[in-house]
Amino acid sequence: MAHSVHIKGLHKTFRGRTVLGPVDCDLEPGTITVVIGRSGCGKTTLLRCLGGLEAPSSGVIRIGDGTVRRRDIGYVFQEPRLMPWLTVSRNVAFGLTDGPGSARVETVREALALVGLPNAGKLLPKELSGGMAQRVALARALAPSPALILLDEPFSALDPFTREQMQSHLLHLHRHYGTTMVMVTHDMDEALALGHRILVMRGPPGRVAGDLAPDLPQPVERTAPEFILWKRRLSELLADNAPEQPAIAPGKLVQT
Amino acid sequence: MSTYRFAGPALGSLIPLALLVAWQAVTAADLAPASMLPPPMLVVRTLVAMAINGEMASAIGITGTRLALGFLLGAAVATVLGGLCGISATARALLDPLLQSLRSVPSLAWVPLFILWLGIFESSKITLIAVGVFFPVYLNLMSGIANVDRKLIEVGRAHGYSRIRRLLQIQIPSAMPAYIVGLRGGLGLGWMFVSAAELLGASNGLGFILNDGEQTGRPERVLAAILLFGICGKITDMALAAIGARLIAWQDTATS
Repeated sequence: MAHSVHIKGLHKTFRGRTVLGPVDCDLEPGTITVVIGRSGCGKTTLLRCLGGLEAPSSGVIRIGDGTVRRRDIGYVFQEPRLMPWLTVSRNVAFGLTDGPGSARVETVREALALVGLPNAGKLLPKELSGGMAQRVALARALAPSPALILLDEPFSALDPFTREQMQSHLLHLHRHYGTTMVMVTHDMDEALALGHRILVMRGPPGRVAGDLAPDLPQPVERTAPEFILWKRRLSELLADNAPEQPAIAPGKLVQT
Repeated sequence: MSTYRFAGPALGSLIPLALLVAWQAVTAADLAPASMLPPPMLVVRTLVAMAINGEMASAIGITGTRLALGFLLGAAVATVLGGLCGISATARALLDPLLQSLRSVPSLAWVPLFILWLGIFESSKITLIAVGVFFPVYLNLMSGIANVDRKLIEVGRAHGYSRIRRLLQIQIPSAMPAYIVGLRGGLGLGWMFVSAAELLGASNGLGFILNDGEQTGRPERVLAAILLFGICGKITDMALAAIGARLIAWQDTATS
């Protein structure tokens, strides 16, 4: 089951300084929403509020019907953050608390196979490359079958080749699980390759300055004229002096 | 690594062998009186005689038992208090200033008090050793738990882990390397304190041989006891290091 996300009047203040807000938006279940913006614009704070790692100073976040437990939300951080003393299998099982042991073993096996690491279960994190470690982190977030996955620049530390591979993996996993995903990035190519919807943030204080829904044909061809056009539009929207356009635009940019 | 494995012990033996040769040369050339520095062979003969007549095994057994009891007592109390102060900022604020100030009390200053309170026999010696073991274990465990990587704790929070579960599954495993360093430091100090305790008032043990050698003018017995202290200390440290290395084999260190 995939969850919708409803955000209304969200603000976050640190020591009297407002870093986020107001943010208002509704995310459809089963979609990938990419939040893009410059460093320090509040996109990670928004994600941390969604994941319950930061308490909003004011406003409402409702995920699904409002009865979602934190363990029903998967979180992939910028770094893999694997427990170095646990094997890959045990790291993937980190969020699995329900069900018998045999079911957990099967879930871990399936999650590792889906991220392309079927034989890595017995390895320790120190034996993994950066890309492998991030795939394990992805498997850890996916294993409990969460209804919402939050990804905070998960591929930013990887080389361009591995990053594209990981983006393909993510799309494959999204097709398999159908989970609602919210991903933070500052990479325009990544945003266009993955996002059903792209929220452009500016700040501080962080706010949604643009809201796009590029319906690019899959698989996304990064050299196609359409892709380049969308990238230019995104780039214009990210510029500091661009007018803000916080309205959804299926397939095109809508002026408000 | 493999080169070091073979070259390491050989390199480590170079300076002791050179010192042995220098010692032999000094005694053979009568540069030092035998009453001050006996020849190495006399020390070896003394050690052999002590081994044959059972004095060595008895002394090692008695000193080792005192050390083991003191180590277990000191490490157990340090584990409880170090764990408590690591977990709870309130416990740390209450206990740590007192314990830190007690740490600066010279070890021998405790002796009259312990003899007064606990008598001249085993209890006072074991308590003195426990005091020596306590501080490195306490400090390392407390800082290991309190200074656990915030990012790993966040992974636990993101998975909905309770505070106790975060402690058991993240903070304690994460503190293991520091704890093992503390135990090794505590064991080293334990050997120091057992020799101090036995020098000050014992009728058996390795410290007694030191005392006896000094009072009867037999430096070969003093040197034999020093050698035995050194060898026993090294063996126990190596054993603890080997156990520790197995427990923290997951660490990604330059030598792993």
